[in-house]
Amino acid sequence: MCTYVTENVAVSGSAKGQGGWSSVSRATVYFDHPFHAPLEHSLNIDFTDPRDEGADASRRVAVELSAESARALAQAILATLDSGEASVNGAAAAATAGR
Amino acid sequence: MYDGTLAETIRISGYGGELIKAYFARPLGPGPMPGVVVIHHGPGWDEGSKEITRRFAVNGYAAICPHLYHRAGPDASPDDAAAAARAAGGVPDQQFLGDAAGAIDFLRSLTYTNGKVGCIGYCSGGRQSFLAACSLALDAAVDCYGACVINAPPPGLPFKLEPCVHLADQLACPLLGLFGEEDKMPAPAETGELAKVLEDLGKTYDFHTYPGAGHGFFAVDRPSYRPEAAVDGWGKVFGWFERYLAA
Repeated sequence: MCTYVTENVAVSGSAKGQGGWSSVSRATVYFDHPFHAPLEHSLNIDFTDPRDEGADASRRVAVELSAESARALAQAILATLDSGEASVNGAAAAATAGR
Repeated sequence: MYDGTLAETIRISGYGGELIKAYFARPLGPGPMPGVVVIHHGPGWDEGSKEITRRFAVNGYAAICPHLYHRAGPDASPDDAAAAARAAGGVPDQQFLGDAAGAIDFLRSLTYTNGKVGCIGYCSGGRQSFLAACSLALDAAVDCYGACVINAPPPGLPFKLEPCVHLADQLACPLLGLFGEEDKMPAPAETGELAKVLEDLGKTYDFHTYPGAGHGFFAVDRPSYRPEAAVDGWGKVFGWFERYLAA
């Protein structure tokens, strides 16, 4: 089945594709038929920058992941953010206390 | 019999007179031959869609597959254009109909076609095939597992899809429907409801639902491929077009 399930998420950052690094402002996340991955359905993410009117459709960075690996990735992202931000905040607190 | 074919990307006049890419394949024999518009699936104007187009040519049809996502990325690869079209909410029905009308006009303008034109669509193209059969001058149509004819897509999505069963009374050509029993969109209940609508309207149609097959059973390069259903389905497609598109 075609799910049509799609979400456009505003993001802030950069991505590297065929043309090198560029800013990205939108992630289109969808679970549907992949173009390349040998799966019936996959979790697909396209990073683009629709603010850049000069950029054509080729300026995207894309992934097509199995559902299982996409969930593992999502958990890893959240865990890494939690640990990383705690580490940064802890270091900042220690530096403040040491003044 | 000589079996040479020609296949190439051309440009046709689509919606609003805009030139769009289309993949065109035809037998090199003199004709007259029928025409077929191939409507690609959601993932776009890909190699599989072009292979289907060539298959029609090998079997005696002038076939054309318009690039429905052309405007989303005129110079981009088909997958990038498909991604851009999805992010923008898909293709509006009126735009599709304009592109399909351009493809039909192109086929009828050829000196070696017999004036009869059919259409066939897969996945989202199945719904569009139904839409075209209700809206444009066609002689036969095939809907391969097109969803959202009866039921609306899940709410809250950026897609501009609306059910189009209300157009069924305008269906002006015979419609063949090929579906998978394990498909969820369209599920057998939805295609059964569509069959009842067509039956009540007295339309010419023939629906087949294959056991052991789900969505995309014709797609040879995907895990959804089901050879038994696909081989039988191809036989029904060629039988349908031979019946209704012969001069």
